[in-house]
Amino acid sequence: MSASLVLILLMAVLYAGGVYLLLGRSMTRMLLGFLLVGNATNLLILIIAGPAGLAPIVADGVEPSEMHDPLPEALILTAIVITFGVSAFLLALIYRSWRIARADVVTTDAADAAVGGSSIDDEESTEAEDGSDEDTEFEGRAEAKTS
Amino acid sequence: MTALMNSLIPLVVLLPLIGAAGALVAGRRPRLQVTFSITVLSLVVLTSAALVYLTDQTGGHAVTVGGWSAPFGIVLVVDRLSALMLLISSIVLLCVLVFSVGQGMADGDRETPVSIYHPSYLILAAGVFNAFVAGDLFNLYVSFEILLVASYVLLTLGGTQARIKAGITYIIVSLVSSMLFLASIAMIYGATGTVNIAQLSVRLGELPADIQLVLQIMLLVAFGIKAAVFPLSFWLPDSYPTAPAPVTAVFAGLLTKVGVYAIIRTETILFPGNTLQTVLLVVALLTLVIGILGAVAQSDIKRMLSFTLVSHIGYMIFGIAIGTVAGLGATIYYVIHHITVQTTLFLATGLVERQGGTTALNRLGGLLKASPVIAVLFFVPALNLGGIPPFSGFIGKLGLFEAGAQTPSPLIWVLIGAGALTSLLTLYALMRAWSLAFWRPKREAHEEESPALDRIEEAPDESADVQETKASPRIMIGATVAMVTVSLALTVFAGPLYSMATRAAQNLEQPADYISLVFPNGGVS
Repeated sequence: MSASLVLILLMAVLYAGGVYLLLGRSMTRMLLGFLLVGNATNLLILIIAGPAGLAPIVADGVEPSEMHDPLPEALILTAIVITFGVSAFLLALIYRSWRIARADVVTTDAADAAVGGSSIDDEESTEAEDGSDEDTEFEGRAEAKTS
Repeated sequence: MTALMNSLIPLVVLLPLIGAAGALVAGRRPRLQVTFSITVLSLVVLTSAALVYLTDQTGGHAVTVGGWSAPFGIVLVVDRLSALMLLISSIVLLCVLVFSVGQGMADGDRETPVSIYHPSYLILAAGVFNAFVAGDLFNLYVSFEILLVASYVLLTLGGTQARIKAGITYIIVSLVSSMLFLASIAMIYGATGTVNIAQLSVRLGELPADIQLVLQIMLLVAFGIKAAVFPLSFWLPDSYPTAPAPVTAVFAGLLTKVGVYAIIRTETILFPGNTLQTVLLVVALLTLVIGILGAVAQSDIKRMLSFTLVSHIGYMIFGIAIGTVAGLGATIYYVIHHITVQTTLFLATGLVERQGGTTALNRLGGLLKASPVIAVLFFVPALNLGGIPPFSGFIGKLGLFEAGAQTPSPLIWVLIGAGALTSLLTLYALMRAWSLAFWRPKREAHEEESPALDRIEEAPDESADVQETKASPRIMIGATVAMVTVSLALTVFAGPLYSMATRAAQNLEQPADYISLVFPNGGVS
């Protein structure tokens, strides 16, 4: 099987950038990282499908060997839809987190820190938790639900 | 018979999806919504029970969706393993739904604030059921996504700060695992030209050994994250405990087991031969020991249970690693036992939280006097999880150790020892929680001077807020009693259940059985 070098390089760059962004603490960076990794995976499926060919429509004078494999494209479409839905949900979550805590970072888990002693550096988390609850959209309700 | 199964199998996925749509439409009328969801899940329980019976008679069946025969169309396959998983998960989902309905009625939507709870819950159910009947890898990926997206919504229900924090960890980890799974599907398709599991079973075996190994490890890592196998389990104790009690219960019981189910399929149908036995044994050992040591250190019941959940996944990986019919049979029985008992324990903890106002061990006390029923409801599954005879936990562990002893090797003996140790430590952690929360007089809890607390750090303030205590409505108690009864039934009917699990394991050991379900006329290549 022959594959396009440009696509492979593009996929590698997308994976590298995506993984780098996913490892950050900022949620917006994670979202961007997820989008990059998602698209890299879609490219991988496209590369797997082999070289470009004719549309897979049965017609006179078209041999099946000349056609492009349609299944990977169906897989890509499904994956795109799923990625789209999850990104929308993530965006809503990031917005909510911003409204509640004025923070865009994942904080250190308090119970983990307690079990691990004081060795965990939680400067960042205290900074993030300082945000007040005042600015919630659903003021009274949201506070009542905090458990 | 075939026509009956043809119509029954798609129902397990269709019914919850239709139910979800109905529940969404009935969003403004809670009573109608509740009736709708409970009816739908009860119907699924009946369907799965029928499937278990029929499957055990015939050995299984495959439905070609839309009439497109395999490998071109999507197939839904039910063999003995799938049928058993369908039955136990539908029972658990129904009981937890009833529990959450009781909670919603008592608290007026405080924990489950919006009308999307029921639709999301049913979509989660559809995803779980679809994963158990999926006959091709991409369908398995889609069902994982269905159940994961529903679980994101359920985990962040209400959108409080703690839940969003827990949700982000969970979502990012799940997304990485999904991407890994999708990438491995792409590679498998590239290597074999199919995603049909039965066809893959033949074609993967024809690949060079090193390519097989890469594909197998990629799948195992993707499923290992979902199943919370050490070292891929770090996310679980951080994300599960903050969710509402019924949500945590159903996640703990079912979601990790879907991962275990996928690992069982990978190791038997897709890559038979148990090539990674040593790796799996080491991973099982680490999961068992490190998980339970984490549990012993926890000061919050929910977090402690989350760590025992991780730890006990190790038993299932151990059984898969043994790889014999006896080992796999014991694993299947253990999975069924663990789904039931872990869910029951989380439901009982939900009752403790209502009665005591918190789940932090250093604040609880005197609950035996306040509510003897809850004390019993926590005590029975706790003994069961710890593996005290005659409960199902003991039967499952005994089966695993016996299967291990039949194929002895030094590492397997180490694992049997670690398994026994884990079982004792589980008992220690759960009994300490029980005696602190229930047995200790209430006033001692405020003095915080119990020798049993020396070894655990005080819970951080965030989780130790003592809320108002509330009585538990009958429905919630009733649902928990039902779950305890189901877990006891696993002991009473252990004979037939265990022999069916063994028959399921025999099917798994013979990939040809599975292939002949999907390709009844042969011709697979």
